Amino acid sequence: MTTLDFTPAPGAAPAASRVVRHGLMEARLLVRNGEQLLLALIIPLGILVVGRFAGGRLGAFGELAPSVLALAVWSSGFTSVAISTGFERRYGVLERLAATPLGRSGLLAGKSVALVVIIIDQLAILGLVAAALGWRPAYTLFSALVAIALVILATATFASLALLLAGRLRAEATLGLANLIYVVLLAGGALVIPLARYPAAVRPVVELLPTAALGEGLRAAAAGQVLGWPLLVLTAWLLVAALGAWKGFRWTS
Amino acid sequence: MPASDAYALVVDHLTARYGSRTVLDGLSLRAERALLTAVLGPNGAGKTTLVRCCTGLLKPAAGTVSVLGEGPGSKHLASRVGLMPQSTGAWSGVRARELLRYLAGLYAHPIDVDALISRFGIAAYAKTAYRRLSGGQQQAVNLAAALVGRPELVFLDEPTAGLDPRARRSTWDLLRELRTAGVSVVLTTHAMDEAAELADQVYIVDRGVVTAAGTVPELTSDGRDLESVYLANTYPPGGRGGVVPPGASTAPGGRGGVVPPGASTASAGP
Repeated sequence: MTTLDFTPAPGAAPAASRVVRHGLMEARLLVRNGEQLLLALIIPLGILVVGRFAGGRLGAFGELAPSVLALAVWSSGFTSVAISTGFERRYGVLERLAATPLGRSGLLAGKSVALVVIIIDQLAILGLVAAALGWRPAYTLFSALVAIALVILATATFASLALLLAGRLRAEATLGLANLIYVVLLAGGALVIPLARYPAAVRPVVELLPTAALGEGLRAAAAGQVLGWPLLVLTAWLLVAALGAWKGFRWTS
Repeated sequence: MPASDAYALVVDHLTARYGSRTVLDGLSLRAERALLTAVLGPNGAGKTTLVRCCTGLLKPAAGTVSVLGEGPGSKHLASRVGLMPQSTGAWSGVRARELLRYLAGLYAHPIDVDALISRFGIAAYAKTAYRRLSGGQQQAVNLAAALVGRPELVFLDEPTAGLDPRARRSTWDLLRELRTAGVSVVLTTHAMDEAAELADQVYIVDRGVVTAAGTVPELTSDGRDLESVYLANTYPPGGRGGVVPPGASTAPGGRGGVVPPGASTASAGP
């Protein structure tokens, strides 16, 4: 048996190194997880390809491509974060890591790093595939900047909602509910299907959803237009969701 | 050395609640530096809650906790303390070596991961996903993970639960090594033989309070074995409503060897 020197020599690695290390760890685990990969890439790619060759049944390809980018943000920002965090809480990962020099704030910062890495990769892959399939967006500098702002706001909003869900419910309940909400808002949240195609009676309600704000905002930006209301809707959701997550999150199960 | 510096952990009249349920009700104990302190108690006694208060994960409703002379939860303190939680404490898809390398990277002077893997016999399954490991293998990885940062104090929450006899003995040897190296160990368990074999100081906890404390020789000085003392100082599940009031001098068994909570724990050390 190997003998080891256990003499105490405590000390923390530099803060930035801890956060980056955690972010890369989470990103690696997510890429290795088949179900998460299905949500993050396979389903959006499938919709993109089917939409391209389905003769416009899913809408014009120029509208569908930014819709699929919005879907990617939705799946990674909300569903993946909710499910992974729910099981981290259940398995005691959060409890262990909160007691390391990473700490709770480092853990959240590391999760953000992982999310940014994943979403940038997703958007790059999906954007390139869409371009290869014939997507020719008409971004202006301003509309592109607004699109980036929308993605950042939406990611933060979805992740806050995910943490609220994962921090309150059991892991299995989080898994079921996160998938259900994912499908319901994918189909009925003006994320992929433009708001104009919804019945007039439900539009005032649907356009208050964060998914509608992201979808409509990204579609408009890709057409070179800028909408103000999606920024407002997402900002309001972010404030409420972040406050809820801050107050309601529980680190242990 | 000032008296306060002699202790790695000082818990004073600690009360903790989950909602309206009181889990710790004025619990007091002390763990001396470089010694092994065992916290014995049945399921639901409050052992894990105590550890959570000590690591800053749970904010007490009342009372104080001093860990290595600091309040729980600070970044500086986190680098000085190791934790092996009772639950698995690892991602289901992470590989053993990957987890240990990741955790080592959070510390300034970690133990060499390959040496740690060799010491704990992890090499054979170092590349296996955590969810595919046996219970004993998971425990070995969790224990290694608690020690990788070279802590001064380590909290081990039932580290031998579910282990086979050989693995338990191996873990006991390791705990002795830690103590020899100067690491303070706080061990929660409901294994009497483990406490009898290893502990420098024992606290028996039931329903959120310390019902007996002392060294094993002190607790068994009337000829009873530790298990008898434990049974005399804990209630059977559902056998009694409410918690033992802080400061109560009558334990369930009502026999000698009982130290009132917070009274003589400091003087009962070895």
